[in-house]
Amino acid sequence: MTNNDYVLETRNLNIFYGSFLAVTEVNIKIPRHKITAIIGPSGCGKSTLLRAFNRMNELYAGVHTQGEVLFNGQNLYDKNVDPVEVRYRIGMVFQKPNPFPKSIYENIAWAARIHGYKGNMDELVENSLRQAALWDEVKDKLKQSGLALSGGQQQRLCIARAIAVRPEVILMDEPASALDPIATLKIEELMQELKQYFTIVIVTHNMQQAARVSDYTAMMMLTGETRSGTVIEFDETNKIFTRPSDKRTEDYVTGRFG
Amino acid sequence: MRKTFESEIQQLKDEILVLGSMVEQAILDNVEALRKRDLDASRRLYAADARINARRFAIENQVMVLIATQQPMAHDLRLLASILEIAGELERMGDYAKGIATVNVRMGEQTLLKPLIDIPYMARKAVDMLHRALTAFVQEDAAAARAIPTEDDEVDALYNQVYHELMLYVIQDPRTVERANWLLWVAHNLERVADRVTNICERTLFVITGEIREIKSSDDEQETIQKQ
Repeated sequence: MTNNDYVLETRNLNIFYGSFLAVTEVNIKIPRHKITAIIGPSGCGKSTLLRAFNRMNELYAGVHTQGEVLFNGQNLYDKNVDPVEVRYRIGMVFQKPNPFPKSIYENIAWAARIHGYKGNMDELVENSLRQAALWDEVKDKLKQSGLALSGGQQQRLCIARAIAVRPEVILMDEPASALDPIATLKIEELMQELKQYFTIVIVTHNMQQAARVSDYTAMMMLTGETRSGTVIEFDETNKIFTRPSDKRTEDYVTGRFG
Repeated sequence: MRKTFESEIQQLKDEILVLGSMVEQAILDNVEALRKRDLDASRRLYAADARINARRFAIENQVMVLIATQQPMAHDLRLLASILEIAGELERMGDYAKGIATVNVRMGEQTLLKPLIDIPYMARKAVDMLHRALTAFVQEDAAAARAIPTEDDEVDALYNQVYHELMLYVIQDPRTVERANWLLWVAHNLERVADRVTNICERTLFVITGEIREIKSSDDEQETIQKQ
């Protein structure tokens, strides 16, 4: 693959919580229009790494970042880069669905409006809901509160809200862990649809989910004397789950560690 | 961790060894029944093949349950997939043994064209290879899995020897063609058993390395055909 085939790249990325080195020396490249899963045991820094991709860590007190995260070749941590702009290009969906306490329509229109969207709002709302595979279920109740939807629908509403501003990348932090199996499968199916338009990076505890949905997998683990998280293996998902190179990955995916 | 799963995998490996020894015994017993022209024994052995088939289905079922309930990955997944494959290979070997029973019964009152010497030797050789291949599988012994298939040449050489000898009988007296053909069929079945031992060794290497590769023996059919 050429450099243009990667949307994000980390170089010697280190992330600290105060003086504690939480994530260390991560050097990975995220392929464009693919789904990359980040897996690993609890507390190994998966979510911290994910949040580094759109500077979300800065919203947490005491976190600082060393190294580079290149987004289409541009270092997101350069002085002149606006973090708000970054989060607009690189959206995020969280573990717990978090729609605004507003109508379904407004959940989508609001974000687009503050990002200066001037086009036809009805069209944007419909297209975003369609892309998030939610339109048919909500088209007759767009004025209802987003909070009145089921958990799975709320999560798809959050995905619709994220894609309404046309990001290039969507980061998903355990997007289905609070959902039942049917709602989970809907989200997973949706991800396959969305990857033709966006690049997706997902953190998941569910290895079967990583195996089902992702094209590439990054395996993280605590290493060294500082017990800092790092990516110990990055490869095609098929390889990670059938013949991983690293013994620790083997132990983790076969359920013998972590 | 995963003690239950590991003990279930161990149990499946044991099941493969049991199925393997049933097949080994079936091959030796069938050749012995033919050598003695014991038709009753052959009829019994023919019917007994159903036990081998049932055992294979039981293994398949256990593997399916483990895949569905334990979501095996990586080495575990390769091992379970290989157990499925090897159970199938063993069942086919059982069919070759049963084929020998068929020959004996169909020969009826006809006498053996010649005393059986090379054919029992082929049977012992093939069974010995099979036994060691299954041991290599459960012990994940890559060196043995690579070495055993090279011995297939010996079995092929024995087959060729039997073939030429039988052809000499036929040339000298064309009326022996049917009786020669019975024995050729038996030798062919034994030769196929040894070929399938190679498949088991391929699976063993797959479990260990994660790569599926065909092991070539020098008599490789394709090579022979291409040379001609």
